[in-house]
Amino acid sequence: MELTGAQIVVQSLKNEGVELVFGYPGGAALHIYDAFYSQEDVRHILVRHEQAAAHAADGYARATGKTGVVLVTSGPGVTNTVTGIATAYMDSIPMVVLTAQVPTSLIGDDAFQEVDTVGITRPCVKHNFLVKDVGSLAETIKKAFFIANSGRPGPVVVDIPKDVTAQTIRYSYPEDIRIRSYAPVRKAHAKQISRAATLLLKARRPIIYTGGGVVLSGAAKQLTALVEHLGHPCTNTLMGLGALASDHPRFLGMLGMHGTYEANMAMYECDVMLAVGARFDDRVTGDPKKFSPQATIIHIDIDPASIGKNVQVEVPIVGDAAVALKQLLEVLAQSSTTQDEESLSKWWDQIESWRSRDSLGYDSSDEVIKPQFVVQKLHEVTLGDAFVTSDVGQHQMWAAQYYGFNKPRRWINSGGLGTMGFGLPAAMGVQLAHPEAVVACVTGEASIIMCIQELSTCKQYDLPIKIVNLNNRYMGMVRQWQEFFYDRRYSHSYMDSLPDFVDLASSFGHTGIRVEKPGDVEGALRDAFAQKDRLFFLDFVTDQTENVYPMISAGAGHNEMVLKPLPDGSAPMERELA
Amino acid sequence: MRRILSLLVENEPGALSRIAGLFSARGYNIESLTVAPTDDDSLSRMTIVTHGSEQIIEQITKQLNKLIDVVRLMDLTEGRHIERELLLLKVAAQGAEREEIKRLVDIFRGRIIDVDGETYTIELTGPGDKLDAFLDAMPPADILEVVRSGVSGVARGERALRL
Repeated sequence: MELTGAQIVVQSLKNEGVELVFGYPGGAALHIYDAFYSQEDVRHILVRHEQAAAHAADGYARATGKTGVVLVTSGPGVTNTVTGIATAYMDSIPMVVLTAQVPTSLIGDDAFQEVDTVGITRPCVKHNFLVKDVGSLAETIKKAFFIANSGRPGPVVVDIPKDVTAQTIRYSYPEDIRIRSYAPVRKAHAKQISRAATLLLKARRPIIYTGGGVVLSGAAKQLTALVEHLGHPCTNTLMGLGALASDHPRFLGMLGMHGTYEANMAMYECDVMLAVGARFDDRVTGDPKKFSPQATIIHIDIDPASIGKNVQVEVPIVGDAAVALKQLLEVLAQSSTTQDEESLSKWWDQIESWRSRDSLGYDSSDEVIKPQFVVQKLHEVTLGDAFVTSDVGQHQMWAAQYYGFNKPRRWINSGGLGTMGFGLPAAMGVQLAHPEAVVACVTGEASIIMCIQELSTCKQYDLPIKIVNLNNRYMGMVRQWQEFFYDRRYSHSYMDSLPDFVDLASSFGHTGIRVEKPGDVEGALRDAFAQKDRLFFLDFVTDQTENVYPMISAGAGHNEMVLKPLPDGSAPMERELA
Repeated sequence: MRRILSLLVENEPGALSRIAGLFSARGYNIESLTVAPTDDDSLSRMTIVTHGSEQIIEQITKQLNKLIDVVRLMDLTEGRHIERELLLLKVAAQGAEREEIKRLVDIFRGRIIDVDGETYTIELTGPGDKLDAFLDAMPPADILEVVRSGVSGVARGERALRL
């Protein structure tokens, strides 16, 4: 069967089992859009800005584990997408981005809507392709999907010139693809697994520290089994939340810059650390020189380059988290080494005493709405079972700290790149992936504005997302740093002339409510989430002075946390640790 | 420490910029980089001379291996190897100096490959440090142009970088 390049694009997506494509048309993409017109197998979602197409595909991928697909036109279509591609790249999200390009005869001529897409995206993709010949189009798309969702996942760009989409050729989609330079290792080295098992069994002060890799590889079950088998404490990174249920007794909460006291202190004091699918990011480690000074580190990761990058590792294990953890469990089950129960029990006593400091405690108020309180109520109202997306800043940290995620893939945020504007379009992707699910976008008034145009997309596709806006009239995290480190010089962190969000939502055809009193929070949430068929914008006017605690300043160690000040204004932990 | 990395890479337009981009994006050093096709049309052979701590070199090799275009990689400096670089040097050579320069070229076993009334063009091959030594020995005022190819290398004996 002879097909045009444009038809091959659509047919290849069908062959890949793609259900949804997020995109925005334009000149160079018109042949492809024409091919979309006459079929119904692949659903196209029209966004309002290309950045949102990438975030929506990203949210879809995070919520499902499937590859998100984006289709945009050349030039500005591509440059608008770059933020979304970089966001997916930093968090290792599988995504295929199809970008139209000017005709091959015009490439390099500074043609209308031309950019060097392959060049501009190179540093933020797992791989990218320029298809110069219709004969290699189907195979290239096959390769793109294979690369995007194998090994350490990531975004792959396929740049397709307009003339290639017009040429015709006999179509066949490759069944299988082999790339000679690319063969990710899934199974871990047996000897390394045994070494890890022995270390874990002999540990006196162990900790299991896991990241987004556990979520991506679908290893939550194996992680939970491991934690229960060993009885070791476990902490998750921002990206790893939900891999171990937040209400699991072995869970210490999130670690890192805004992690709990018990998680960070346990990281600092541990003697054996098992890191799984985590990359020792600077927001997690603080100053690497002060990082877990007594720890023997075992690191499981599918990306060899992540091992030993920031922190020296004694037992490197390259492999897929789910596979490696299963291997580890098998070895542990057969091992004759017994654990040092006495040391372990002392370690737990120590951890419980750290935990009893209640580092996430905050002062409740009858006067002003505390943002933490809104997130806790959100958990109650949604029975802890919502998909929660967020933007970036204080609200993101509060959502991570207070929602309490009990399942993987429920917490969807831009961890690595920290992209404001991510939350709403990501929520669209999640809602489209799971039409019946409860989807909440926890955001702030500064972040939501960055992709607010997507309220229009939400209307077009009837997406019943609930927007939980923690509106403190400040870029809260910027304000917090200015308060702590810039002597309260609040340079450009206050936003004047904010819109009336309820009116704004209603102008897009949605409903909303402004909530100003703590007593109204729960009722407003219940009303909003009861409306299953429509988007609802909850604008919570929150305490402007609230800060995210605990906090480790950039460059400090895990044992140098700043906790919420005591009523006399002093910082309890600094005093205690001094 | 100085390292010589040999790579077989896909003979595709983006490969070179992907590798060069990796070095600049991550702040790694490139002392020299050479690339040319091989007997297999689909592959180019690249030699990169870099330096850094053991940890940096480990990261460089891991990050290079991660690139889809990199098919094989070998750190030549991990074993016995041969390193060669070509130098083309144009020098001012007049009067009594002509004989003096000729003698120096002979000592280093180089060749004078072009001559006119006022200049010599010299060809010299060897490891990088031999070329350095030759350039040091040449009076700076005489040097008109220095063209170095960058290092190429191959492992000694049976160790070979191939598919």
